[in-house]
Amino acid sequence: MTNAMELYQLLPKTNCKECGKTSCMAFAVALLSRELTADDCPPLKNEPKFKEKYEKINELAGPAGGATETGLIVHEELCFGCGNCVVACPVNVANDPYGVGSGNAPKKNEKLILTIEDGIVKAQNVDECRRFGKNKILCTGCIVTCPVEAIEFVV
Amino acid sequence: MEKEYYVCTGCGLLCDDIELEMEKDLIGKVHTACRVGVAHMKESPGEAEYLVDGKKVDEKTAIEEAASVLKAARNPLIFGLGTSTNEAQKKAIELAEKLNATLDDTSSFCLGPLIEAILQEKFKTCTLDDVRNKADISFFWGSDPADSHPRHLSKFSYFPRGQEKQRGWEEERTAIAVDIRKSHTAKICGNEFYQVPPGGDAEFIEALIAGLSGKLPKTSFKFPPKKLLELANILKGARFGVIFVGLGLIYSLENLEPLIKLMDTLNEKAKGDFYLIPMVGHYNMRGFNETLFEKTGFVNSVKFEEGSVKHGPGYSVVESLKAKTVDAALIIGSDPLASLPHSIAKQLLEIPLITIDPCETLSSRKAKVSIRSGVSGVEAGGSATRMDGVQVPFRPAIDAKRPSDEEILSKLMEAL
Ligand code: SF4
Ligand code: SF4
Ligand code: SF4
Ligand code: SF4
Repeated sequence: MTNAMELYQLLPKTNCKECGKTSCMAFAVALLSRELTADDCPPLKNEPKFKEKYEKINELAGPAGGATETGLIVHEELCFGCGNCVVACPVNVANDPYGVGSGNAPKKNEKLILTIEDGIVKAQNVDECRRFGKNKILCTGCIVTCPVEAIEFVV
Repeated sequence: MEKEYYVCTGCGLLCDDIELEMEKDLIGKVHTACRVGVAHMKESPGEAEYLVDGKKVDEKTAIEEAASVLKAARNPLIFGLGTSTNEAQKKAIELAEKLNATLDDTSSFCLGPLIEAILQEKFKTCTLDDVRNKADISFFWGSDPADSHPRHLSKFSYFPRGQEKQRGWEEERTAIAVDIRKSHTAKICGNEFYQVPPGGDAEFIEALIAGLSGKLPKTSFKFPPKKLLELANILKGARFGVIFVGLGLIYSLENLEPLIKLMDTLNEKAKGDFYLIPMVGHYNMRGFNETLFEKTGFVNSVKFEEGSVKHGPGYSVVESLKAKTVDAALIIGSDPLASLPHSIAKQLLEIPLITIDPCETLSSRKAKVSIRSGVSGVEAGGSATRMDGVQVPFRPAIDAKRPSDEEILSKLMEAL
């Protein structure tokens, strides 16, 4: 799994602070939590010698880097579709109290983050996740309810 | 717009909120079911198949052959039925009466005694819907629903909001597990996991009763008394407590007396009431037990004889095979050759077998007559009895090419 150290290794490591962060390490952490992207580091983006590293970072920490924008990762091979996370997720409960919030099939699908499809949890609408956005909090609803540690956040 | 839901017959939970997307005539995407349920529903619905001595024959020949085996037998055994509909089970009971057969299901070596005690009202019981709406204590004893009934905690016993449980599991519910190992369910229970040594359940019950009665709880395996007293206190505070009893507890107890005593004590000492629900594995084992109980007063292990019924361990599948009292077997939706201990199963090879099953099994391969039936809930409709006794009707999801076991049993009846 991608970690901050791995991303740090790919940065210019000059601590020039152009990105607005105090150090390259801090920038790596911001990359990991999707607060910033590779484009926010001017030297990395503009200097040709960093081209390869720039691309690599985009691959690891870009929107298509395996994790969703919140860093939510589902280990599909572990998940067995028990639905604990689906029913426990506060955003799911708030958006569909009588469907998933009551343990049943979704009644209102629109804003659900977690649902079960073909026996495996599927994440969507992740921008609704409480770990994301301005008022983010360290919600662990889907992590502590999973018997097999199939959900992980890479922050 | 109301959505169309199907029932999953993958386990005794009979989830009734499954959405299916069809692809041509087959099941495509399955929504909301767990992985076990998805595998069960997508099991390929093969063609009907009738085999006599391993050779393909037509339906008529197979039914006639099966009928003649049963007619020739002095004391045939009818066994299985845990994955048959209520309707098919009724047919099988009629058939057993007509044939003066021995009739049993898997409950004789698993949860039978517990279900009998519930039907005899030795325990208070409630529905899973009550659990969702009211329970503040869900106590898993010798059961591991996270593995055996994957949606148990999410649909009913721990995570959902319910009528009187609007604030969610963190605030309003406590899940407790007693087991010999840290199961997946125990993991979810966190601090409320109480590990006992194998066979230690009776003693743990004794100690818990002592704790509930304000005495010092002692066990030979030195379970920390303080932790036991904490458990007793949590239980005392319950307004609506439910114990989900699994095989782990039943196998560990010599009889149900300790459990009855515990339930009585809990109901006396706790703020509210305590109920018990058996963790039935097969989707309709409880249905068989209830139907037979209604008819005969027994849940399993019976022998019909010219209108009267005999009952006792001697008529269980295990004992009747051991004693060689049965001379043919009709096996429905079960694979005793694979599941019974070898010393007992081998007796099945000495007598003619008839199997009715959606799958090829060890038993079906050794059978004189083997008939492939449709999977109920997928290829056949009907009704079943959930682990908590609630009737769940269902319809087939796809057009079946294979007959249901109910249809096969009806034809067998006619042929007799
Ligand atoms: S702009 Fe780039 S090089 Fe400068 S501190 Fe930030 S990450 Fe490091
Ligand atoms: S972190 Fe919280 S809000 Fe986000 S998906 Fe998990 S349970 Fe839902
Ligand atoms: S709790 Fe874990 S196993 Fe259950 S559905 Fe969610 S991710 Fe899958
Ligand atoms: S919990 Fe049981 S009944 Fe529910 S979907 Fe899973 S296998 Fe089917």
